[in-house]
Amino acid sequence: MEQSLAKQQVPKRTLTLLPKNLSAQQQRVLYAWAFLIPTIILLLMVAGWPLLRTIWFSFTDASLANLDEFEWIGFGNYLSYEEGEYYGLLTDGEWWQSVWNTVFFTVMSVSIELVLGILIALALNQQFPGRIIFRTVVLIPWVIPTIVSAKIWGWMLHDQFGVINHLLVSADLIEKPLAWTADSDLSLWAVIIVDVWKTTPFMTLLIFAGLQMLPTDCYRAAKIDGIPPLKLFFRVTLPLLAPTVMVAVIFRALDALRVFDVIYVLTANNADTMSMSVFARQQLVAFQDVGYGSAASTCLFFIIALITLVYLYLGRKQVGMDK
Amino acid sequence: MAMSKLKTIIYKIFFYLFLLVVTVFSLFPFYYAIVTSLKSKSELFSVDLLLNKIQLTNYQSVLTNDSFLWSIVNSVLVASAVVGISLLAAVTAAYALGRIEFKGRRTLMVIVLAVSMFPQVAVLAGLFEVIRWFDLYNNLLSLVISYTLFTLPFTVWVLTTFMRQLPKELEDAALIDGATPWTTLVKILMPLIWPAVITTGLLAFIAAWNEFLFALTFTLTDDQRTVPVAIALISGSSQHELPWGNIMAASVIVTIPLIILLLIFQRRIVSGLTAGAVKG
Repeated sequence: MEQSLAKQQVPKRTLTLLPKNLSAQQQRVLYAWAFLIPTIILLLMVAGWPLLRTIWFSFTDASLANLDEFEWIGFGNYLSYEEGEYYGLLTDGEWWQSVWNTVFFTVMSVSIELVLGILIALALNQQFPGRIIFRTVVLIPWVIPTIVSAKIWGWMLHDQFGVINHLLVSADLIEKPLAWTADSDLSLWAVIIVDVWKTTPFMTLLIFAGLQMLPTDCYRAAKIDGIPPLKLFFRVTLPLLAPTVMVAVIFRALDALRVFDVIYVLTANNADTMSMSVFARQQLVAFQDVGYGSAASTCLFFIIALITLVYLYLGRKQVGMDK
Repeated sequence: MAMSKLKTIIYKIFFYLFLLVVTVFSLFPFYYAIVTSLKSKSELFSVDLLLNKIQLTNYQSVLTNDSFLWSIVNSVLVASAVVGISLLAAVTAAYALGRIEFKGRRTLMVIVLAVSMFPQVAVLAGLFEVIRWFDLYNNLLSLVISYTLFTLPFTVWVLTTFMRQLPKELEDAALIDGATPWTTLVKILMPLIWPAVITTGLLAFIAAWNEFLFALTFTLTDDQRTVPVAIALISGSSQHELPWGNIMAASVIVTIPLIILLLIFQRRIVSGLTAGAVKG
């Protein structure tokens, strides 16, 4: 009796494949899951499953030439002990070099981008003629493909015919042209310069968005009190901006930690600049060692996962997921 | 009084000087790429900041190169397909995540955000295997599939942000009338959300157009390459004799459409980018 009543109450238009005795809210929840199915399937196919397989491969001796036959070797790719000596990723000097390169690259490029990003965002926040044009100009490096920017800078930093060396020599800043992309002291800096050029716009935009959300009343009060701009920046703007800056820094750092294309194109497989991603891909594809390469990829994944967790924790209020 | 006026002038000078430096720093590399691309082979090795005469030989040789032209076609096809698939899946997902309360919603949001942070190398081996299973190695479809790794979480995330900004009252009337969520999405929310859909699609297109690692790994032959790989692999007769003129011409050709998109959709691109990261 009750059921038939409930049936009657459901308007005819909702007659679908769904069971009819559901409340409106239950129906919406079913719809939500139905709506999510394509996304969930796609993400499982391109992210979930491949990630699990990569982690699995890292415990095997799989090779790219023969991906179907491999043996489980436990932690052998990470660390193994044979006849009095240790082997594996954790004893691999080249791997640790790539870890160091990646960390150095990340810390340097993100800090430079942060300082430049704040300065440019503060400028954008002022009223001046041509502000929109300036904003577009600042964004241009961001739309240029990474490969293209690496090639352009590779040409500008060319040891013999590069415009940078030419300008520096003409200005008497250096005596003879520098081998930017080959010299082991300079090549990582060359990569950092290109990355700063390419991604400062992104940092600028995030900080600019944060600046625009700041309350205006304390600035009016500060103006009336005649507080000097520098003091205002460090005492008011920066603390208020801190959450945005935090999110922007972690966002960029996660991006920088997985760096691949700039380095691959600008300096090829050079151990002086090799990042963790470049190292892993080299093992996987060039040396066909899927097991070892997967071990390196897995390490990189867990480093990034750890930082992502920190990001999610810090960014919870920012992205409004608590509601 | 005079003192403070002087201060303002000095401040203004520094301000505009800063704008000038940033502008030159941002634009110079692309300007120099254009200058280089318009030079002849012999002029290439004398450094000039200005052009004395325009030579189109580099463009001619790039644009008559079949494999480069194919790479442009490939990039357009792959990027459009990826954007299409991602948007189709993301619009419904974003509606579910943005406007329906259900258990596990938060967890799904976290997963989507976490996937967008995936280092591509971490799925390379596993994805390679998946692509071999489907027999798609050296096939553009392998790129369409693999690119959803970064386009889908991004589009879902940004569209969810936009969906949540719409007022709740919009749906109430439809709910009372007994409209299904599907009808509500198509008839009421879509007309309002389409500018955001275009913005998101545009950003996903740019990301797919620029992708390099998967394109380098999952394709093998010239006719299956995308633009970034094609440019990265342009080589001369020897390692020390790279055809820089051709490389710069190709670089300019693939960048101009992106800059035009930026000029047209400047405001949208800015709002889309910031919605992905900062806005709540």
